[in-house]
Amino acid sequence: MLKDLPEKQVQDAGIDEGIKKLTPEKIAAVVNRVMDKETAARMQIYLDTCVHCGLCNEACHSYLSRGKDPRFSPVGKVRQTIWELVKKKGLVEPEQLRDMARIAFTECNVCRRCSMYCPFGIDIAYLILTVRRICNLLGVVPQYLQDTTNSHATTLNQMWVNQDEWIDTLQWQEEESQAEIPSLRIPLEKEGADIMYSVIAPEPKILAQLIGYMAQIFTVAGSDWTMPATDGWDNSNMAMYSGDFEVMGRVERLHWETAARLKVKKIVMGECGHAFRGAVYDGPRWLGWKYPPIKMVHAIEFYYDLIKSGKIKIREKYKEHVTIQDPCNTVRGLGLGQKLRYVVNAMCENFTDITPRFEHNYCCMAGGGTINCGPPWKRSRMLSNKVKADQFKQTGADVIITPCHNCHSGIEDIVGFYNLGMHVKFISEILVEVMEIPDHLKSDS
Amino acid sequence: MRGPLVWAAFIIFIGGAIYRIITMITLAREDKVIHPYISFKFGLRSIIHWLTPYATVNMRMRPAFTAISFIFHLCLLITPIFALGHIMSFKESWGISWPSFPDVFTNALTIVVVITGIVFLLRRLGDPGVRFVTNWKDFALLVIVLLPYITGIICYYQVVEYHTAITVHIASGALWLMIIPFTRVAHMIFFPLTRIYMGSEFGFVRNSKDW
Repeated sequence: MLKDLPEKQVQDAGIDEGIKKLTPEKIAAVVNRVMDKETAARMQIYLDTCVHCGLCNEACHSYLSRGKDPRFSPVGKVRQTIWELVKKKGLVEPEQLRDMARIAFTECNVCRRCSMYCPFGIDIAYLILTVRRICNLLGVVPQYLQDTTNSHATTLNQMWVNQDEWIDTLQWQEEESQAEIPSLRIPLEKEGADIMYSVIAPEPKILAQLIGYMAQIFTVAGSDWTMPATDGWDNSNMAMYSGDFEVMGRVERLHWETAARLKVKKIVMGECGHAFRGAVYDGPRWLGWKYPPIKMVHAIEFYYDLIKSGKIKIREKYKEHVTIQDPCNTVRGLGLGQKLRYVVNAMCENFTDITPRFEHNYCCMAGGGTINCGPPWKRSRMLSNKVKADQFKQTGADVIITPCHNCHSGIEDIVGFYNLGMHVKFISEILVEVMEIPDHLKSDS
Repeated sequence: MRGPLVWAAFIIFIGGAIYRIITMITLAREDKVIHPYISFKFGLRSIIHWLTPYATVNMRMRPAFTAISFIFHLCLLITPIFALGHIMSFKESWGISWPSFPDVFTNALTIVVVITGIVFLLRRLGDPGVRFVTNWKDFALLVIVLLPYITGIICYYQVVEYHTAITVHIASGALWLMIIPFTRVAHMIFFPLTRIYMGSEFGFVRNSKDW
């Protein structure tokens, strides 16, 4: 199987040390418990209905990028994991589990492109997530990914940010943005505001300027907004992807309770993909809610509303030649393809669309927790997404607008690895440049 | 042969199919996340796209295979219903009948089923991506599914001694019916269920298209 590939030699303590503690009996105990108690009709029907037709193969960026190697196809990945576990009733050697963990955590982004190609609409992502669940319960998770889950469990955010660091970062960004708009404030803990703005943890840690940009956008739009000063500000959820659904649930519950505590009418979130998925689908469902208690609005939709309603006007369009990324969680996961293009067309005068696009866009090979597995797996991810590089090269653009953090980082990696010479930007980075700041808000200088 | 075996085949097929559908829908309650989000409007939208030739991206990406697959399934299903021999059996046993295809047409359809079935077989052997996920059951099922059609033609042209041929034909047809609920051929029963679920998740929950 995958042991023939060079990536098999990747050292990952999370997996390597994890399997040392296992025996086939321990593995079987967990596998059978998960299959019996945590799976039901979906698992059964997918195992019984898949006719082994392989029509899902050409959906997957991994399969296509790896020269159509069947070991990387969606059904091929399921064969090497779930089918094997079912056939052996969980009694597999720890070494086999290493390959299964590698496949489930680093070779599949659970992007659900394959489900659109399967004639039955089989949710292959669900099958892979079940493998991740099993691996998590057995303590076999890539080290870097497990670290983010540990952070979620301890600090309720993904990046070990302490509360004082959080507040300091917001105050710092407030000051920075006051250079553009002197009266700008980032209202903390404002009860009864219309909007609570939540971000993913990497923002205060390594991309704080994005918080400043958003503050400028809110101020120009005249929004009534706030941010929490307490934990619950992080809408990211790596626990969802590492299979630790208990921690996933805790993080999401706190996020919603924070919004409820602040009595806001809706949550606007930044440019992230999986945060919406965790906050509105996976989290609530684990918690036993049908829908979350308050509306959540993705940044793309928020920008669309601001521009369409005229609350934000474009002063002068962006001149660079741009193209875009349709992040799987916002396009397959939220249908925001048209609104994204509306925003990009409003901001930019030279826009070339990608092919394939909308729901059929290829995954960035960074989301779904894969880039969070860290540097040991970077080369593997790059090899599994050559089609993405080709897709961008075809546009001839200089800038890729990427409204999702994982896509952003993943595409930066691809640009570097495949020497595309393109720049990757969030929508907000461009919006603050091209938006018109009303005179009464402008800085005097 | 014509009596108890055919009865058994239909009872097992229809009873088995109903049993599997009901148990699957009941089991779906344990998933907890299926029933609350089912939308028949979006489910139907998904089903219609996936039952219409070339209505999905994947079908358009592989036009020849799509044609073969649709032709195979269509001919597979209508041939037994409109074959004169079958209708005559029903007339003799239950007094009911309905229009049949002319024999030459029925035979053509039957041969088409066998040929497209062989194309499936060759694809399974020749495409590495398909071969990788194939096991002996996939071949066995294809044989069982094609056997009634192969033996049907043999019966019609009386290539083999008729009584033997027709016995094998009826037995193979009965086997074909009986295995449907309990093997991967059940995909014909479960197609609406998985499709409605995914159509709902993509269309209703996520406002996106699953084709």
